[in-house]
Amino acid sequence: MTTFLGFPTAPRGVGHLRTVRPFPVAARQALGDAQLRRNIGAATATIRAKRASVVAELPDWEALRSAGQAAKASAMRSLDRCLVELESQVQARGGTVHWARDAEEANRITTGLVAATGAREVVKVKSMVTDEIGLNEALAAAGITAHETDLAELIIQLGHDRPSHILVPAIHRNRAEIREIFLHEMADVDPALTDDPHALAEAARLYLRRRFLTARVGISGANFAIAETGTLCVVESEGNGRMCLTLPDTLITVMGIEKVLPSWNDLGVFLQLLPRSSTGERMNPYTSMWTGVTPGDGPQQFHLVLLDNGRTAALADQTGRQALHCIRCSACMNVCPVYERAGGHAYGSVYPGPIGAIISPQLTGIEDNATLPYASSLCGACADVCPVKIDIPSVLVHLRARHVEEARRTRRRPSAEAVSLAAASWVMADPRRYTAALRSARMGRALGRGGRIRLLPPPLSRWTSARDAPVPPAKTFRDWWRDEHGDTS
Amino acid sequence: MNAREEVLARIRAALDDDGQANGHPGGAASAAAASAAPASAAPASAGQAGPAGAAHGTAPGCDDSAPGYRTRGDLTGVPLLDLLADRLTDYRAVVRRTTEAEFGAAVSAALKQRGARRVVVPPGLSLPGLPAGVETVIDDGLSPQELDAVDGVITGAAVAIAETGTIVLDASPDQGRRAISLVPDYHLCIVHAAQAVEEVPEGVARLAARAHCPLTWISGPSATSDIELRRVEGVHGPRTLEVILVG
Repeated sequence: MTTFLGFPTAPRGVGHLRTVRPFPVAARQALGDAQLRRNIGAATATIRAKRASVVAELPDWEALRSAGQAAKASAMRSLDRCLVELESQVQARGGTVHWARDAEEANRITTGLVAATGAREVVKVKSMVTDEIGLNEALAAAGITAHETDLAELIIQLGHDRPSHILVPAIHRNRAEIREIFLHEMADVDPALTDDPHALAEAARLYLRRRFLTARVGISGANFAIAETGTLCVVESEGNGRMCLTLPDTLITVMGIEKVLPSWNDLGVFLQLLPRSSTGERMNPYTSMWTGVTPGDGPQQFHLVLLDNGRTAALADQTGRQALHCIRCSACMNVCPVYERAGGHAYGSVYPGPIGAIISPQLTGIEDNATLPYASSLCGACADVCPVKIDIPSVLVHLRARHVEEARRTRRRPSAEAVSLAAASWVMADPRRYTAALRSARMGRALGRGGRIRLLPPPLSRWTSARDAPVPPAKTFRDWWRDEHGDTS
Repeated sequence: MNAREEVLARIRAALDDDGQANGHPGGAASAAAASAAPASAAPASAGQAGPAGAAHGTAPGCDDSAPGYRTRGDLTGVPLLDLLADRLTDYRAVVRRTTEAEFGAAVSAALKQRGARRVVVPPGLSLPGLPAGVETVIDDGLSPQELDAVDGVITGAAVAIAETGTIVLDASPDQGRRAISLVPDYHLCIVHAAQAVEEVPEGVARLAARAHCPLTWISGPSATSDIELRRVEGVHGPRTLEVILVG
């Protein structure tokens, strides 16, 4: 693993990939918020049902998933060539391409580009990557106001809140709470505003319309970029994306380097996988594609910022690399029993849920998000729904192993995880030791109630602080086998 | 080293280990990921020639092996248009079926029912007889504010995808600039039978020659699911999408 040391991770002190609160602490606090759990439980149940219904419509869904996985794996294997091809295609069509080693560099480039136009305001399409790098804060520090235009991002921005879901950042808010935020924060809002979702959407339309029609600079992320043609693609629902991508004079797109796809025909796969997995629709209402600049149509200045920010560190890990295949659909969080109860904020990163638990630690270095690989029961529901077949549980286990290994190397003192895993390994390697351990574990029955052990004595209390342990059966399997079949070992 | 060279150097270094990868203790997942990759795909160190897309096997025509998913539908003619109409309606578009002979009357009826008096029309759209009592404004670079003041817009289309109820505009002269189908609150879109395909990959393949043009894929009126994941039609894009299906 020493080969990975040459790849810088996302820098500290900028962006939203880290938190000071470890996941168990944040999750415990979130579990105490009954309203939050009700909101998230209701919303994830709704979206799960919609996804299942539109996925079932397609007889070739599994073939599409395999094709998506293969296209992403291919893009990663030829990432340098894909990016150079993308760059030359964008430049050939009048766009300008910038490269950013990390969040600070991307923020500096983008802020400089906005400042050069003289604009003091920008309109933004919802974008995970600009949240990852903390672009809005960097713009604000330069005296530039960023207006989030996606309805959910607007609710977050007006509510001085943090997003808790990739697709629906305000999933933790219900309609009554959203009404309160609008009444409080929108200057010209109708005081008779109701909490009917139609009325709330109409209020957002009126609030943003003037900003769209007068905006000079738009900022977006990208869902896909096609190396072969230089085409950028943004998938959305409300039309705020089209407004930001079409009406301003200048468009700046910030894109993680892993978003590139080799060929045009890949869109035929991903434009089926993404909407069905994401919003549970056959197709999202609007998808915009553009290549460089088109004279007389849309922004006449186009800048593409290609961002690393820890992605090459993930690429260097051959098991962890598949996290870069993620198309940000959010299907994994909608089926995750941990996410459904703890909510997105507990993960402390702009990327929550199962996929976040394997992306964030790889972008920041595991030490800075060390509790996330453990924020899972490894039930595997995430891998079953992933449209590009990312084996999230295996990567979680791999990152746990890397964490233990890195901690051992740097601290030179074994962690609790290392001790317990080493002990388990020693015990399980020998049938006699294993039999003895199982017999002694039966003593634990005395502690159990209702089939679960809620509190074990130290050092095993580290296990039961976060989970119950099952009460061992009255007779071990090995004892039962010997009684039934005689001792043949 | 500048940022471009440095990021590319990191990528190459990260991929460099792939050659000797198989002996590394990567765990079960790396073995699974490696075996899941298509056998035809070249490793990063090989296949330097050709465009970036040549190294992978998902694109039809790029590879001898079939992609495994459907790249062409079975439906043609009226059943194809029936599916398109059904899926458009399902996502709250208004659909009007007509024939080439009745086409002009259908446009007039739609505008009359909508109550639209001033509508934007792209310079290259030929309408069979202007609807009576309706002023058409030919787009010659109207400002967003001017577009905001009209009652609607009429455009043609490049491709319609039946399975998803999607219409694609490619900025051809009969469809115009992206802004004209975005700012007005009512979009009347004319789709001819020859533009309909059944599957998404068919639509993508048909648009390959227009890949450098601004493309707008439209599936129903603008919508949001941001409040409790309940779908609400009508946010920033046109709140009414009406499709005249000719054929």
